[in-house]
Amino acid sequence: MKFMRLIWVNLLRNKRRTVLTVLSVTVALFLFATLRSVVTALDAVSEVGSEARLITRSATGITFALPQSYFERLRAQEDVRSVSWANWFGGIYVDQHNFFAQFAIDPQTYLAMYPEMVMPEDQKQAFLSERTAALVGRGLMERFGWSLGQNITLQGTIFPGDWEFTIRAVYVPDDPSFGDQMFFFHYDYLYEGVNGNIIPGWYILQLEDPTAAPAVIDRIDRMFENSSRPTKTETEKAFNAGFVTMWGNIGFLVKAIGTAVFFAILLIAANTMMMAGRERISENAVLKTLGFQDGLLFRLVLTESIVITLLGGALGVFGSKILFGPNNFVNAFIPGFEVEWSTVILGLAMATALGIVSGIVPAWQAMQLPVIQALRRVA
Amino acid sequence: MKIPIVYNLRSLKERPVSTLTTAAGMSLVVAVFVAMMALASGFRAALVKSGSPENALVLRKGANAEMYSGITRSTASTIAGMPFVARGADNGRELRPGASEILVGVKIIDRFANTGLGETLSFGGRDWTVVGHFAADGSAFESEIWAENEQVMPVFRGEVFQSVTFRMTDPSSFDGIKQTLEDDPRLYVDVFRENEFYENQSVILTQILNFIAIFIAGVMAIGAVFGAINTMYAAVSSRAPEIAVLLTLGFKPGHVRSSFLIESVLIALLGGVVGCVLTLPINGLVTSTTNLESLSEVAFAFRVTPSLLVNGLVFAAVMGLVGGFFPALRASRQPVIVTLREA
Repeated sequence: MKFMRLIWVNLLRNKRRTVLTVLSVTVALFLFATLRSVVTALDAVSEVGSEARLITRSATGITFALPQSYFERLRAQEDVRSVSWANWFGGIYVDQHNFFAQFAIDPQTYLAMYPEMVMPEDQKQAFLSERTAALVGRGLMERFGWSLGQNITLQGTIFPGDWEFTIRAVYVPDDPSFGDQMFFFHYDYLYEGVNGNIIPGWYILQLEDPTAAPAVIDRIDRMFENSSRPTKTETEKAFNAGFVTMWGNIGFLVKAIGTAVFFAILLIAANTMMMAGRERISENAVLKTLGFQDGLLFRLVLTESIVITLLGGALGVFGSKILFGPNNFVNAFIPGFEVEWSTVILGLAMATALGIVSGIVPAWQAMQLPVIQALRRVA
Repeated sequence: MKIPIVYNLRSLKERPVSTLTTAAGMSLVVAVFVAMMALASGFRAALVKSGSPENALVLRKGANAEMYSGITRSTASTIAGMPFVARGADNGRELRPGASEILVGVKIIDRFANTGLGETLSFGGRDWTVVGHFAADGSAFESEIWAENEQVMPVFRGEVFQSVTFRMTDPSSFDGIKQTLEDDPRLYVDVFRENEFYENQSVILTQILNFIAIFIAGVMAIGAVFGAINTMYAAVSSRAPEIAVLLTLGFKPGHVRSSFLIESVLIALLGGVVGCVLTLPINGLVTSTTNLESLSEVAFAFRVTPSLLVNGLVFAAVMGLVGGFFPALRASRQPVIVTLREA
């Protein structure tokens, strides 16, 4: 450790080069931390669903609805505590590109089933008691600058016409991965608006006991197997995971990009360390003459390299952590997007590895340096 | 007189390790940039190619995707009776009328089970025999399954079509046709030119993909430019005596400056070329995603187009220019006397 000062002086010798190398590692690790957070956030989204809730939908596809009569039949099932249903509304708010999820729900049963949505009791009652009331996520409120009590018009796409809603309640999710960008309203309002020409899109079942899930799933799907509308039932968790994989193989894409970034920066850092090594041939020879052991010289060069990459890595990883803290702007697209501590630690480990790999060649060269020849070149 | 480029080429060959590591770093940046853009362009191309400008697509008013639309039989027959609808232009779907038979798009075959010729798929409470595979020039149609609508309608939606497509007798009069149909009180529809409709559906996702490509490549480029600056500064300082000689020989500082800039751009272009070559194998690779605007799966291929490759090279050249700027400036301002004395 008494040589820390020597390392420090060496780092400051060519300040511009040190700073540039540190910064190139910084941007690389910033990118790494940000990209990895996309993967961890999506994983969290696919984990957020409950194992104690089942989703029953049409076996043909989510866009095909199920008869109202299934409600009673599902509720009569053993191990099923309660049943609710929902429909995708797919309306447009002002412009087609303002996409957000809208669901028509059976309010009483649905809210009872989703304690994840936290809202003040008076707002909850206001939402439940008014037919045209809407329940909106906090993030969505902020995105469009809405306020409680405001009237919103959605242009129907599946259900033609203009639909008026009044925002009566705002929910905050107890887990950010649940998402705070959703819009809920009364199924009854939709039902009347289309003169009863609608049936539930899918059913949600609350189980008494999650371990009963496989048996219940099997029983339900077999019950409707030969009906005109066969069903596909799965746990909510599996259902959500299915939605995430729908976007394609994001994990692979991120890993491919991350690898490219790592190697690009590895080349840059290694190049810098080798340039520094070449410049110091003569003084390393002098150090050796003074009695510095080969091993010590090796460690000195390697440490210098690790200091550079670790410094850069820390700047990048923590920069990303600060920029993407809780409730950042990306949450509108990926619920719960945040740089986790595991990402920070992994990033620092990668920075260290970067330092070792890029420093190893110059460190080896310094160790193997033939003193006489090197000194002759100086003279 | 300008300093010949041969001088730069030979200098680069003098320090191969430094040149190659810098170029290799840049090649990875260019490769990521081109690959991401190829993803966006492949997605867009799949949707743009879907549909012909000669066809008009009719949806229920307000429904911005086929999934959401419904057109009744009476509306459809009203439209079919209009004078501007061309007749007898069916594209020869070889399905036997009245049979439970389907045609499967080629992009689906490898991705889902039981889609081979002669195999059967089961949906809507019936078994459907796959009697054909169809290709549609890489468009989004290749992610679809086609069956005779008289067979499918009762199974799925009852007496409702999702959309009506017709060939116009005179495609240039589209605006008039649109006006006529949308103003007709018997109908409640929106009319689109078929190709424009599909192109429109690609807007959001293409924008997202392009943004990601530029963000990632931009951040990586910053790192690569820092690396290039280091390399060029090292080149300038190790060749200080050489530069002094050049200046003494009568080359103007401007010449020295452009010579070093050229050298930096040469390194970057080497990286750019390698990066472009690295992306060639992904051309044609099929992947899929879900289109936000139609909520349906679209399979598409990465498209590494010549113009994307040119973009990649331009991107590399810009990195070289930015990275070489200050080192080149330093070279041209070399104090000749001092440098020569030290040498």
